[in-house]
Amino acid sequence: MSVETEEQARSISRGEAEAELEKEWGERPSLRSWFSTVDHKRIGRRYMVTAGIFFILAGTDAMILRTQLARPNATVLSPEAYDQLFTMHGTAMIFLFSTPMFFGFGNFLVPLLIGARDMAFPRLNAFGYWVFAFSGIVMFASQMVGRAPDGGWFGYVPLTDTPYSSGINLDVYSLGLLFLGVSTTAGAINFIVTTVKMRAPGMSLNRVPLFVWAIVGTSFMVIFALPALNVANVMLFLDRRFGAHFFDPAHGGSTLLWQHLFWIFGHPDVYIIVMPALGIVSAVLPAFCRRGVVAYPLMVLAIVTISIISFGVWVHHMFATGLPQLSYSFFSAASTLITIPSGIQIFAWLFTMLRGRIVVRTPFLFVVGFIVTFVLGGFTGVMFAITAFDQQVTDSYFVVAHFHYVLFGGAVFPMIAGIYYWLPKFTGRMYAEKLSRWAFWLVFIGFNTTFMPMHVSGLLGMPRRIYTYPGDLGWDLWNFISTVGAYILAVGLLLVLIGVLHAIRRGRPAPDDPWGGDTLEWATTSPPRPYNFVTVPKVHSVHPMWDERTTAALATDPPLPDHQAMTTSELDGREEGAVEMPEESLLPLVTALGILVVVLGVLWGWYWFAGAGALLIFGTVARWMWPPERSPEEAGVAS
Amino acid sequence: MTAVTEKATSPRLLSAEMPSGRTTGWWGMILFVTTEATVFAAMLGSYFYVRFQSGPQWPPPPLEDPKLMKVIIMTAVLLPSSVPVMWAERGIRKGQRWRLRAGLAITLVLGLSFLGLQAWEYSEDLKKHTLTTDAYSSLFYSITSLHGFHVAVGLLMVGWLLAASLRGSFGYRRHERVRLTAIYWHFVDVVWVAIFISLYLSPRL
Amino acid sequence: MGQSHPRQRPWRLSIVLLSLLLAGCARQQQSTLHASGAGAQRIEGLWWLLFWISMAVFAEVMLILGWALWRRRRATARIKGGDAIGAITVLGVAVPLVILVAAYGLGLRDLNALAAPGQKPDVTVEVIGHQWWWEIHYPDSAGAVTANEMHIPVGEPVRVRLRTADVQHSFWVPQLMPKTDLIAGKVNETWLQTDRAGTYRAQCAEYCGKQHAFMALRVVAEPRTAFDAWVASTAQPATGTLTAAQQRGRQVFEQSSCASCHTIRGTSAVGEVGPDLTTIGSRWSIGAGAAPNDAGHLGGWIVNSQTIKPGNAMPPQPVAAQDLQDLLSYLQSLK
Repeated sequence: MSVETEEQARSISRGEAEAELEKEWGERPSLRSWFSTVDHKRIGRRYMVTAGIFFILAGTDAMILRTQLARPNATVLSPEAYDQLFTMHGTAMIFLFSTPMFFGFGNFLVPLLIGARDMAFPRLNAFGYWVFAFSGIVMFASQMVGRAPDGGWFGYVPLTDTPYSSGINLDVYSLGLLFLGVSTTAGAINFIVTTVKMRAPGMSLNRVPLFVWAIVGTSFMVIFALPALNVANVMLFLDRRFGAHFFDPAHGGSTLLWQHLFWIFGHPDVYIIVMPALGIVSAVLPAFCRRGVVAYPLMVLAIVTISIISFGVWVHHMFATGLPQLSYSFFSAASTLITIPSGIQIFAWLFTMLRGRIVVRTPFLFVVGFIVTFVLGGFTGVMFAITAFDQQVTDSYFVVAHFHYVLFGGAVFPMIAGIYYWLPKFTGRMYAEKLSRWAFWLVFIGFNTTFMPMHVSGLLGMPRRIYTYPGDLGWDLWNFISTVGAYILAVGLLLVLIGVLHAIRRGRPAPDDPWGGDTLEWATTSPPRPYNFVTVPKVHSVHPMWDERTTAALATDPPLPDHQAMTTSELDGREEGAVEMPEESLLPLVTALGILVVVLGVLWGWYWFAGAGALLIFGTVARWMWPPERSPEEAGVAS
Repeated sequence: MTAVTEKATSPRLLSAEMPSGRTTGWWGMILFVTTEATVFAAMLGSYFYVRFQSGPQWPPPPLEDPKLMKVIIMTAVLLPSSVPVMWAERGIRKGQRWRLRAGLAITLVLGLSFLGLQAWEYSEDLKKHTLTTDAYSSLFYSITSLHGFHVAVGLLMVGWLLAASLRGSFGYRRHERVRLTAIYWHFVDVVWVAIFISLYLSPRL
Repeated sequence: MGQSHPRQRPWRLSIVLLSLLLAGCARQQQSTLHASGAGAQRIEGLWWLLFWISMAVFAEVMLILGWALWRRRRATARIKGGDAIGAITVLGVAVPLVILVAAYGLGLRDLNALAAPGQKPDVTVEVIGHQWWWEIHYPDSAGAVTANEMHIPVGEPVRVRLRTADVQHSFWVPQLMPKTDLIAGKVNETWLQTDRAGTYRAQCAEYCGKQHAFMALRVVAEPRTAFDAWVASTAQPATGTLTAAQQRGRQVFEQSSCASCHTIRGTSAVGEVGPDLTTIGSRWSIGAGAAPNDAGHLGGWIVNSQTIKPGNAMPPQPVAAQDLQDLLSYLQSLK
């Protein structure tokens, strides 16, 4: 900061500075601003609400599936309806709920945790949200008209290819996921750049909060994994629509190519889903153990290791395809080893609890629930890494049980912990403790009642994805228990929802720092002002809010004026200078609409319509990026 | 207008908008190019996977090895096109707008020639095989046209940049968009080398 | 592989107890915990080993968690230091590494054991997956072909060659052997071996479309002599003597659309779309587990199979009432 700024700052009082910032950053509530906002907090909340709605839809699918499976030979659903429901349940939970929900958390929290005023690219952020929302709407709309994808969430060819799948169903799948991929990639790039360049001065890499590390690890996995899925989906679409032969063995193609590409994406994707959740656990625990998470360097190492090894284990999804034994033993070893970094994290959390002073509140309860269920999912995970055992139980209900323990236990429990923990920041209100404890116990009991019996039905030989089953194989009792559990779980989740809605409408106004948290989001008001921080925080340790140097400086340092944010150096967070941040804009929305037009045009085969969309995109982006008019002196021209 | 100019040229803002070190834009473009490179890696990986799953003859008969003549010319046109971009970027760093404009114009011509040659090459290839002939052809056309699409996007960026530079937005203080476009163009160039080796040279090995 | 797996002995009691609990009421068996085949028995042993290791580690985690919660100190000041890196390295890295390496090693041993049977198989069965039924060939016989039912001799390994006519399926006889997929453009191989005569239910284990739920297969293990007799009789064309009604039924079959999709060896029906029906009268079910094989269901199937197994390839057949009676009588005579 230049000398002039500091003088200015001293001359006006803090109150005036805040009013000034409010004018610069505040968005007047209007319809236009609802569409044009680039505030990471509004966008983050929007991500979470939208993903939450998709969760309710995909969860309703699951309830209908469980109802069909409650008794043998049931006829609640036709086979076609069952296939669409289970495909949409999986696809939506993976792509439209988990990752966007955590991107919502990340959007809201990453700038706050690193002491920044916004994401590095606020408009790109808004664009990412609109693309996500539109792609989700397209995919769920296909379900409303009974044309939803029906090839399972990993859409194996040849079943999903011509001639075995006609109709628009799988085109919705391939195009919808490509469309969504634009959003995910944009979000991942934004998270990395934000973390690399926008951290508060003093926040060197060894002081970055673990949640931010987790989001960055996740984003790197997205950058390298998502292209494989995108390529696979382009090939699938070309095969189906234009008669290409990528996956057609009769013309030199290969069906296993799809599986390789899909799982090169698909296995990292498991960690793309779970890793932010593990980050939430690391963020929530310190407040309720009254101490930082132990072994910070090991935790960071674990995150980095998982991000890398997750690319070397994909073949364990293909252990029954008859590949050479040697490749099985390699991928089996890698898949076994990847549990070690997860184990490190589990024990670090346990020792954090053991060496801390525990305060039991609902977020903490959900963390405990997470540890119990995630550990169980980890055990079955190791079992699936062992090829011989995998070959026996893969594609049975045992694997259904396993990945629900990992994904629901590993991702949804921490997610709910995070919702309760950060509700004061998200909404400015506190939740009701008693209701939330009921919610916890119902979710915990309901979850285990639903998925524990699936281990048994799987071992008893029940394959997954069957729309019904005969009554004489010993599966009926276990399925009935599962269904009962699913209803208990649904009630528990409903209580979570009611708790959040109740907090928003009637909740007690939240203080700025209700938990005594250790990271910078607790230095802001609840909810944070549009500019987040009046002054740029100075970080001296990994727990800045427990550090008097930081808190003292926050109260006395001069404000950073105007529509600016601070950039710092990549590794040690040295201050580099302030940059002007972009203003709100409708361009991101229009660009996203352009892509929507392209996707719908291609989907329906109206290629002229898609062409019009492409023109719209080009025009909007050209305008978006157009440099401002500058005088020669300002731009700098050689004489 | 004067107020805006004053605000924009105040010493604080000038220093504020030119932070030292790498910019967010630079990092964003590098990451974008990285994920794009992974897309091409996945495509070329698929190409080699299908190749090693298929019989001893590659490309599968009755197709012959792709002809090299035109492709070598295409390579000779595209590869050097990075040079004027570099030259233009160096120029604008010194505030020489004419170098920026001239460099971009040369790149535009080279890039357009590449696309023209590719269209000519396609018109002859398509007589022998199309996207729907077999898996090899599907891969051949999808990889080359994906790259062609990237060249086209790169040309749109270069053309757009040329238009902006004619309006006079860039100088030694402000030229980040030039730098980012250059990164993208170099990437498109480098990918072509990988495609040229994989699709055109490797079948002859 | 008559002797039980050595590793499973210590767990014998638990297996018996839990198995009784788990599947006591089942009338058919498709359970990995009632293994009869050499391969599946190994995996059953492996499962119980992994199960008990998991329980031990789970107990350890729960102990630490319980201890942390139980001895909860009063919430006052924050705590600094005490990074526990040593403890985490031991409990989170060293101990798991030992367990994982051991489990991996045992798993590798089992994988090798699954790779090939102890002796060279004498019998080969070819399995071709269709949406949604199994075509079974005995290539070494004089043309024995059947559907959704496989016979194997007891006490010797059987080679099973797997391919698919359409989409991906997976061949899984839980009591005998882990899965192997049927992949378009590829021939996979597995093997079966059991010492226990009996019938074992199997079911397609890779989602293959609408009727993935009804793509069942019955494996019948029987002594070698019975097996040889069965193969020989299955290889026979349908040339038995027919009653007048059956004779008329055969004509109906040959002259109606039946023959364009189905084969009955020894007649003019040589269709290749649906299952070979030369021995339809002796099979355990129709529609690969969709319905029991009796006159009522078979009649219903012929008239409109879409009500029994929606989406299957066979269109409804408008057959006159008397023709249907004759047809049923003929089909049931084909053993």
